[in-house]
Amino acid sequence: MKPRKTTKVDPLELLEAVRDLTPLDKTVTIMEVCGTHTMAIGKSGMRQLLPPNLKLVSGPGCPVCVTHEAEVETFLHLAQHENVILATFGDLMRVPGQSSSLAQARAQGARVIVVYSTLEALKLARLYPDREVVFLGVGFETTAPTVAMSIMQASKERIANYSVYSMHKLVPPAIEALLSQGEVKIDGFLCPGHVSTIIGTKPYEPAAQKYNKPCVITGFDIEDILQALIMLLTQIKERRCEVQNQYVRGVNSQGNMSALGVLQEVFEVADAFWRGFGTIYASGLKLRERYQEYDALSRFEVPHFDFGKSVNACSCGDILKGKMIPPECRLYKRACTPAKPRGPCMVSSEGACAAYYRFEEFGG
Amino acid sequence: MCLAVPFRIKSINGTMAEVELEGVTQEISIALTPQVNIGQWVLVHAGYAIHVVEEAEANETIELLEEMYEAQKNH
Amino acid sequence: MELITLAHGSGGRLSHELVEEVIYPIFNNNGGQDLLDAAVIPVPVQPGKLAMTTDSYVISPIFFPGGDIGRLAACGTINDLAVCGAIPKFMSVGLIIEEGFPIRELKQVLHSLADTAAEAGVSVVTGDTKVVEKGNVDKIYINTAGIGFIPPGVNLNPQNIKPGDVVIVSGTLGDHEMAVLSCREGLSFGIEVVSDCAALNDLTKCLVATGAVKCMRDPTRGGAAASLWELAGQSKMTIEIQEAAIPLHPSVAAGCSMLGLDPLYLANEGKLVIIVNPEGEKEIIARLKNHSLGRNAAVIGKVANQDRSGKVLLQTALGAKRLVTLNEGEHLPRIC
Repeated sequence: MKPRKTTKVDPLELLEAVRDLTPLDKTVTIMEVCGTHTMAIGKSGMRQLLPPNLKLVSGPGCPVCVTHEAEVETFLHLAQHENVILATFGDLMRVPGQSSSLAQARAQGARVIVVYSTLEALKLARLYPDREVVFLGVGFETTAPTVAMSIMQASKERIANYSVYSMHKLVPPAIEALLSQGEVKIDGFLCPGHVSTIIGTKPYEPAAQKYNKPCVITGFDIEDILQALIMLLTQIKERRCEVQNQYVRGVNSQGNMSALGVLQEVFEVADAFWRGFGTIYASGLKLRERYQEYDALSRFEVPHFDFGKSVNACSCGDILKGKMIPPECRLYKRACTPAKPRGPCMVSSEGACAAYYRFEEFGG
Repeated sequence: MCLAVPFRIKSINGTMAEVELEGVTQEISIALTPQVNIGQWVLVHAGYAIHVVEEAEANETIELLEEMYEAQKNH
Repeated sequence: MELITLAHGSGGRLSHELVEEVIYPIFNNNGGQDLLDAAVIPVPVQPGKLAMTTDSYVISPIFFPGGDIGRLAACGTINDLAVCGAIPKFMSVGLIIEEGFPIRELKQVLHSLADTAAEAGVSVVTGDTKVVEKGNVDKIYINTAGIGFIPPGVNLNPQNIKPGDVVIVSGTLGDHEMAVLSCREGLSFGIEVVSDCAALNDLTKCLVATGAVKCMRDPTRGGAAASLWELAGQSKMTIEIQEAAIPLHPSVAAGCSMLGLDPLYLANEGKLVIIVNPEGEKEIIARLKNHSLGRNAAVIGKVANQDRSGKVLLQTALGAKRLVTLNEGEHLPRIC
């Protein structure tokens, strides 16, 4: 059966229900953790139609946006290696480092190929046996198993000219890091649908139980998101803090056990570096010892870039916690613009700062 | 993150499968959903099936939405 | 297999042989003439204006579903003239070929270019061939320049655009770029759609004859979004379009959801964005639907005056409005 939304539901009626459930006397702030939700919400123009005291803020769930500048410097350095072909998802092409981006590196002669999947990256490795194909492993729990599979496949087929630079990040530790750092003005979370397809519903329980934040896992159609808002607002009204799953057609409560097994086989949890946040404990994935030969960092000489440097001036961390609005950041519109973004909220076109910037430009 | 789009399984060859949606076809890996059968719908992310959509689940979402719709109408 | 070598571009005997034996026979209209350094064409003195354009074609891959670089090089230049209201007449063809390029493929590309031009009533009157070292171009690049005549009384210009005018597209958007993407390295997928690559001069002539067309664009690179953005900017009008009204082939819609692309930004090579006065809307739509290249035409919006800011607004299915701007950089498939 095709997993389609029903045609009987009118999104305008769902919108009406969201309006009815929004309390009159206080501001409710909901964070959509996932960048794909941010895109869907932006494309639909939903924010304009919500009551002014119901605020949707974008979370750290765009994995390319939170790719740390030092990680960018590292793969730009990998691109300089003679004989290397960098295979990457298109998302990463524009993410700026300190001085350059992949698009610029390609203009300077680096061989960079945009691929849709790691299957295509492996094809490149088979096609160019004399070159070294390095895949840039970005993404959360949804994408990491596909990268893990490519490593297992390379190992099985003995494809010796394939390696991965793992910058994978994990969603629940980021949510917990947000919540654990003092006061956060977030009343509930729209949790990512396809990350949850892999990890299931349980990893959000600390956010609901320890930090008393309602959580609803949701899909990507506008009807899904509106329905999830209704579920969140109902929880808030009834003073419940639970993990609910709106996206039943895409998420089982236990997650995808095969994918979790593959992740476990290839990767181990490690600290990770997030643009705008710095280091978050146990929030990333690195290759296990037994797959080390497929780790681009052990295959190539790469200088150590400073992972502490950029965090100082950027206020994305506070913006994401709802403590600050974009114009209060001293980089906003000065050192940090959509054309030359510094923090994660400006990198994605629908990030909090980029959206704010565009809305102002729009004359609002 | 993460775009994933429903495709229908047309044929299976080992851990690879041919899938189709509205005239778009691609060869994907089903290594992460080994239980999948021909004719079923899967969510495809970056060339891999990551979830098999069970009929009951799909119906459940539709029913939930329809219940809510009815509730709103009578509201 | 016969391959192009640097000697084919040396100006010596092989160069002559390439031109006389491969290229002239294909274009079939210069071979008998004296070899001058320029095409000398008798032009009937006629009222009206002359339109001239040039464009270079560097597409990869050079053969794609629904066309090739030769057909594209003819259509692109013909369409640039046609959307100005001109009747395209003459074309030049400049070739830059990579050493090692198979002569068989060169013939195939040039036949395709010549046939497309001939069907559109355009004569290829002059050309040039250069060969460069391997790696200096990707197989073959083609430049074409075109000349056409604009009949008296025809004046298509964004300045003509007025509030209340209707915005029409001549068919489904994004077919060309989606077809080309399906065979790009790194992204193999199959798709029912082929490139819409076609010469539009017959269709534009038929539309311009109504007198209702204010201005037209062919939405190539940057897609319909870029064409609308330019038209809004040049006319200083606000253009409002309806997301739900945009005609899309279901496969293109599916491909866009798979690759995270917006069809409004996908390139077309056989489509028109037309601004029409409201009285002429019915007639234009009827003529479009009657023509093989306009069957799926649709009204997608209108010109609203407002603040003379020259912007494009898109009304979403929810009824919200969002700004349509130019692409930031390259339009790339994404996974998030």
